[in-house]
Amino acid sequence: MADQEITLMKGNEAIAHAAIRCGCDGYFGYPITPQSEVLETLAEQKPWETTGMVVLQAESEVSSINMVYGGACTGKKVMTSSSSPGVSLMQEGISYMAGAELPALIVNVMRGGPGLGTIQPSQSDYFQACKGGGHGDYHLIVLAPASVQEMADFVDLAFTLAFRYRNPAMILADGAIGQMMEKVVLPPFKPRRTEEEIIKECPWATTGRIGGRKPNIITSLELRSEEMEVINLRIQAKYREIEAKEVRYEEFMLDDAEYAIVAFGSAARIAKKSIEIARSQGIKVGLLRPITLWPFPTKEVKSLASRVKGILSLEINAGQMVEDIRLAVEGAVPVLHFGRLGGIIPDPDEVVEVLKSSF
Amino acid sequence: MTMTEEIIIAGFGGQGVLSMGKILAYAGLMEGKEVTWMPAYGPEQRGGTANVTVIVSDSPVSSPILSSYDTAIVLNQPSLEKFEPKVKPGGTLIYDGYGIPEPPTRKDIDVYRIDAMDAAAEMNLIKTFNMIVLGGLLKIHPVVGIESVLAALRKTLPERHHHLIPKNEEAIRKGMEIIKKL
Repeated sequence: MADQEITLMKGNEAIAHAAIRCGCDGYFGYPITPQSEVLETLAEQKPWETTGMVVLQAESEVSSINMVYGGACTGKKVMTSSSSPGVSLMQEGISYMAGAELPALIVNVMRGGPGLGTIQPSQSDYFQACKGGGHGDYHLIVLAPASVQEMADFVDLAFTLAFRYRNPAMILADGAIGQMMEKVVLPPFKPRRTEEEIIKECPWATTGRIGGRKPNIITSLELRSEEMEVINLRIQAKYREIEAKEVRYEEFMLDDAEYAIVAFGSAARIAKKSIEIARSQGIKVGLLRPITLWPFPTKEVKSLASRVKGILSLEINAGQMVEDIRLAVEGAVPVLHFGRLGGIIPDPDEVVEVLKSSF
Repeated sequence: MTMTEEIIIAGFGGQGVLSMGKILAYAGLMEGKEVTWMPAYGPEQRGGTANVTVIVSDSPVSSPILSSYDTAIVLNQPSLEKFEPKVKPGGTLIYDGYGIPEPPTRKDIDVYRIDAMDAAAEMNLIKTFNMIVLGGLLKIHPVVGIESVLAALRKTLPERHHHLIPKNEEAIRKGMEIIKKL
């Protein structure tokens, strides 16, 4: 297959193809709607016969994440994917990996909650993804794709960031992006790293002690509080560096905008249509789309507040990102929220009506 | 001038609604257009309702989720009731007479009837029902060329089914022939 071939596929399928192509060493997962096509596509593609990538259906999400934990300890590029209830089950393992400072990729194709909820799309795991999710003071690097192309592109990006900072990264998608088909150009093939390359890139990994080097111990446990505080401070310093260097966002029609929508993922796609409609009616509105949800584009949202009269946070949830927007804006302009719940997706006209009645 | 066609295809699960949308989207892709295919996924099954939004455009597609459509293709009564009100004024509604005892009533849209189910039965090609409907759409709105549809079929069908492509072509041409404006 040519590397630059344009093809039509679902967001979930794009994740699987991109994983194989970026040299991923192992996928461990458990099926759940609306992301089962990730595991299905991997099973269909049989990368264990070509690149040697392991694909394993574990007996549960708890197992999956702990297999990821184990694989990550050895410096391998490992990942899992699930949807909301499954990702809740993984939180302990994710916290342990953040504590042990391990790179890995977790994909959450969100569905409506709480609880088992619905299988329809939602963005109601923003808090869980961006504010820790599990216990302890930690963050994941969170990327929010808004197209099938970004589903493909963000796999390699997430691994790059995860290894750069030795921190788990998450792709936070939703059922709509996972299930829809769009044009996609798959990334070129990168070979899996050799053992030597892994040892060089990950001197911290448990790769087997050769040549009498100091043992590498990977753990999140440190019973001496003084030491544990030092570890925490180091991790926090790393987070400040990520905040300074890794914010990503997209601006759309903001140049002359009097009002702004802030939205991520599929909500940002809906927002673009709403903006087309609103502008045809003379309402000057634009979009700021955070691509990294953590680190959040705080500075950019603050600067936006100095240019517009009001901000609408469009989310497919009851109002989560709106809190980060308000923190950034510091009361400079009104910040409102609109969202639909339980798997209902707001439609573009509805958003235009909200814009008209809110500002 | 830029062209964007926003289409909803709705019917019973098992009628080939999703695959018809996929062929349409794939044909668009083969013509270098921007496309999205957004299914209403859920606990769908044969006999349940199924629908898919397909957008084919010359420019990047914003929302895959829409409030209203240029064209609605409805293949059963519940779908007609759901989507007739959502056709843009001046837009197009195509329905299959077999599944819809109570026809559409709007006067501000172009309504077309295609008796695809009957034709498929006559031709003894029940499984090409969706291609007959697609043919009808392409007659009214040549969103993509028939050659691209055939190329898309060659691309998406497994090799072992390629001998069925001429039957599909026959079905598309039949659809172009039998669709009629009301």
